[in-house]
Amino acid sequence: MTLHTMSVLVEDKPGVLTRVAGLFAARGFNIDSLAVGPTEEPGLSRMTIVVNVEKKPLEQVTKQLNRLINVIKVLEHESGDAVERELALIKVRADGDSRARVLEICEVFRVRVLDVTHKTLTIEGTGTPDKLEALTELLSDFGIVELARTGRVALARGDRGIRERVQRRLAAGAEDAGEWTGGGV
Amino acid sequence: MKVTGAQALFKALEGEGVDVVFGIPGGAILPAYDPLLDSSVRHILNRHEQGAGHAAEGYAWATGKVGVCMATSGPGGCNLVTALADAKMDSVPVVAITGQVPTPVVGNDAFQEADITGITMPVTKHNFLVTEAAAVAETIREAFHIARTGRPGPVLVDIPKDVLLQEATWSWPEHVDLPGYKPTTKGNLKQVREAVRLIMEAERPVLYVGGGVIKAEATKELFDLATEGRLPVVTTLMARGSFPDTHELALGMPGMHGGYTAVTSMQRADLLVALGSRFDDRVTGQLASFAPHAKIVHADIDPAEIGKNRAADVPIVGDAKDIIAKMVAELRVRQEEAGGPPDRSAWLSTLRGWQAKYPYQYDQPEDGPLKPQFAIQRLYELTKGDAIVVAGVGQHQMWASQFWKFTEPRTWVNSGGLGTMGFAVPAALGAKTGRPDRRVVAIDGDGCFQMTAQELATSTMEKIPFVTAIINNAYLGMVRQWQELFYKERYSQVYLSHDTPDYVKLAEAYGAVGLRAEHPDEVDAVIEKALSVEDRSVVIDFRCDPKEMCFPMVAAGTSNDDIILGPGGVRPTEDPAEAPIA
Repeated sequence: MTLHTMSVLVEDKPGVLTRVAGLFAARGFNIDSLAVGPTEEPGLSRMTIVVNVEKKPLEQVTKQLNRLINVIKVLEHESGDAVERELALIKVRADGDSRARVLEICEVFRVRVLDVTHKTLTIEGTGTPDKLEALTELLSDFGIVELARTGRVALARGDRGIRERVQRRLAAGAEDAGEWTGGGV
Repeated sequence: MKVTGAQALFKALEGEGVDVVFGIPGGAILPAYDPLLDSSVRHILNRHEQGAGHAAEGYAWATGKVGVCMATSGPGGCNLVTALADAKMDSVPVVAITGQVPTPVVGNDAFQEADITGITMPVTKHNFLVTEAAAVAETIREAFHIARTGRPGPVLVDIPKDVLLQEATWSWPEHVDLPGYKPTTKGNLKQVREAVRLIMEAERPVLYVGGGVIKAEATKELFDLATEGRLPVVTTLMARGSFPDTHELALGMPGMHGGYTAVTSMQRADLLVALGSRFDDRVTGQLASFAPHAKIVHADIDPAEIGKNRAADVPIVGDAKDIIAKMVAELRVRQEEAGGPPDRSAWLSTLRGWQAKYPYQYDQPEDGPLKPQFAIQRLYELTKGDAIVVAGVGQHQMWASQFWKFTEPRTWVNSGGLGTMGFAVPAALGAKTGRPDRRVVAIDGDGCFQMTAQELATSTMEKIPFVTAIINNAYLGMVRQWQELFYKERYSQVYLSHDTPDYVKLAEAYGAVGLRAEHPDEVDAVIEKALSVEDRSVVIDFRCDPKEMCFPMVAAGTSNDDIILGPGGVRPTEDPAEAPIA
């Protein structure tokens, strides 16, 4: 099993999240992270889904996603071809001697402190998922009170947007690969 | 022009060319039943919403048009679920309209509330919750477009009661704008050429034809492809009638209860050309040993089907009609160059030899008991095959598919993928509604019949007559067969009895004619009597041998090469995997 990141461009309509999530659930796939938000175009939302699954069943899910009427485009990011970021808010214990050490870690990771109390610091960390893993790992020594992560968002590298990209693999056998956007069957 | 949501609904249905709706009214859908009185749309009042759903399916199967059913909120919609799931599995174009509790109380556990869009999400191609009257016409238009285009399927439109009552300005959208829905219909010519190249090279080709060919209205193109290329054809349960069973190139039905020749032809083929079929487990048997020597051309309108179960050497996404027509054109050119189709006489004569050696078989002793296959065969012969045949699910369904020779599309209606018992009677009602010019014969099981028999009342009241032949073997026969074969004859909860209910009296109670045959001698007279009745439905109670089993059989999970031909595990004289090609 490997982690796969996919971007799914969808119409911003009620129930779309359920339809997308339902496809994964129906096959027993656990979604690692899911981030949804508006896009450059009104009426469209973008989901970034990270899922831990084998390649072959994932292909089937991708095709099934394309079948959904409200799904405009599905793009699976091959590793290295996308920039990926995630944001974490971390409330960590930082009193007495430990405060300076926590601030030192913040300095090294170039993350910001958003809130300070006598006993804790609340930190905003942004970066690749790896960086956030490393940060949380270090901070856990001091005791993490609570943690919230946005889930990964990703954009493919290069000058083209998701709508201009065509997944050749999905278009197998279609007359004009360019027509194969969103599909729907 | 100002109209209510309910009026807009019927104007939209009329705009889509709907002539009939199957349904049952209730609280939340009540406002829609008033403008119905002024509409050109005919409403058929079913006796259960499941019946309305299957009737819409039967209508769609028999006509190729979108079937429409209507129900109220909560239990009404819930009762449609089985029919919608059935339509999804068999790609049947159906639009279901449900009432919903008024918008302000949606989500409040109001009386007769169910989250029907949530419930039906996995069993529909798409569904809608309409939130304003102004959106009714547009939504109905989109629903019909989605249901009938691409890979067809069921679409549900849920309309809250206050939306049905609300007024809005009528407007009928010229175009449907669904940015995420653009089915690929045109087959890629390069792929078609590659497919035809493989056909020209193949020594043992088989056309593996599925329901998609009928849905795409591509049976003429299929006929040209098969006959001009001298290519033998298997027609799956969903594709019966897409190629005439009487033709010398027809190998009949493959699969778990398919014929020896159809099953083994695929096992020995060096090329399978799958057209609108999906390598379903009932066809492939154990997947790993299915068609081990065959290269695969897979043409389907649904990209998700291609490579799902079996990797394709040549995938072609598109509409079967377009793809097969292109194949025929390309084949003509290639055969012209080659001076005719490749010589495959050895393959064709081997297939003919198998057909002669291993036909469907049964033994009808003169003094009884009555064998189900005999009843079905006589029904076929006495109707001269001129009927739309509708089946339920189980042994009778397989025997009907085996012993009826189909010669035209849309004359076979059944529940394939979902295997819905109780499908036949309401689907026959729907088929007859759509094709009043044709005789409709439901071949049903006694278990199936009892699940939806109440639609006989609909048949009587709406004057939509059809014949139901109950293959009454007193058991849930297919389950009994599995318990006999795989559970050491430990019969568990499968006995129904020959005489409870009394099917003749039940038929009469519903206003139909009830007939019975218990002995092979009585079969012809009873069928002739049934066929002579035209003004109402007829139910024939064929009291059959409970012990008769359905063969050939490929047991679940085993290889198609392990096909069993008859009782006691009778096997072919030669191992199918080794059988010589003449």
